[in-house]
Amino acid sequence: MKRSAVPFVAILAVAALVGLLVYGVAARGEDKTIDEAVAKQDYPQAPSRALPVLGSDATASLEDYEGQVVVLNFWASWCDPCKDEAPVLEAAQKRLEESGDGTVLGVTYRDATSDSKDFIEEFGLTYPSVRDVDGKLAEDYGTRALPETFVIDRQGRIVAVSRGTVDQGFIDAAIDKALAT
Amino acid sequence: MTATPRALLVLLVALLALAVPAAAASAQTAEPKTTLSDVEDEVMCVVCGVALNLAEAPQADRQRALIQDLIDQGLTKEQIKTELVAEYGDQVLADPPSEGFNVAAWLVPLLLVVGLGTAAAILLPRWRRRNPPQPAAADDVPVLDDADARRLDEDLARYR
Repeated sequence: MKRSAVPFVAILAVAALVGLLVYGVAARGEDKTIDEAVAKQDYPQAPSRALPVLGSDATASLEDYEGQVVVLNFWASWCDPCKDEAPVLEAAQKRLEESGDGTVLGVTYRDATSDSKDFIEEFGLTYPSVRDVDGKLAEDYGTRALPETFVIDRQGRIVAVSRGTVDQGFIDAAIDKALAT
Repeated sequence: MTATPRALLVLLVALLALAVPAAAASAQTAEPKTTLSDVEDEVMCVVCGVALNLAEAPQADRQRALIQDLIDQGLTKEQIKTELVAEYGDQVLADPPSEGFNVAAWLVPLLLVVGLGTAAAILLPRWRRRNPPQPAAADDVPVLDDADARRLDEDLARYR
């Protein structure tokens, strides 16, 4: 190796390492794309993946609910705030079911099947849940912490986002908005 | 003392009655193929983000209970890890899977070692050639004045 090539190779190696570090941090950083689009009322199309239905061999995706309002809720049995909002989501399910306008769709995140089933039984939840085993759907939605809820209108667009526990006021307003768009 | 055939038959039946349940019991309580501590240090607490053997969160206890249940079912360590991945995804494994960006976790340390080794192999001989070890200079030896030289000679003469 020529003497002048040594600093060049060293700089190249350091630059490659820094680039890798930046990529790693950016890839794992917070993704606020959906939040910003919703805030600007430029409602983005809801990401969709076919995922196994909890307690069944079937799979389900948002395409199965085309033309309906969907309250997509990421949850897990180990998440304490999820327990607080479970009755609110069940009430939303009753409302959507009775009017025929749509459904709540739960997405379990890093949760064992048996624990998720125990949670559903404990809170008497009647809406379906799918299992996001590899966390890809959560990644699509920029989900970093539970619970998170996305309200999707009949055109499959996200019209409301809650990165935290939902209350009755948020859910009612978000469903009204989804029905109105 | 001689045993009658009838007594021998009774003894045989009694032994069989004892042996059959014992064999069944030993079949049911087969040796586990792994232990909780053996699995714990190779998986992560998916909520806390630390190795399960270090985690103290309630979720960690749930994972341990699930692993113990699988051990009790007679699964091997690899089978248990497969089950855990099916439940929690790849994030549950302490060693990241060798695909996508995770490859960097294996590749970067390897490249660093190779790079530093190559740099040392190239630069060290060059540096040594440029800075050869210097022999001790003659003027490094302290100069003795006449009085000290005389005392030194007298001291040395005593040991001769």
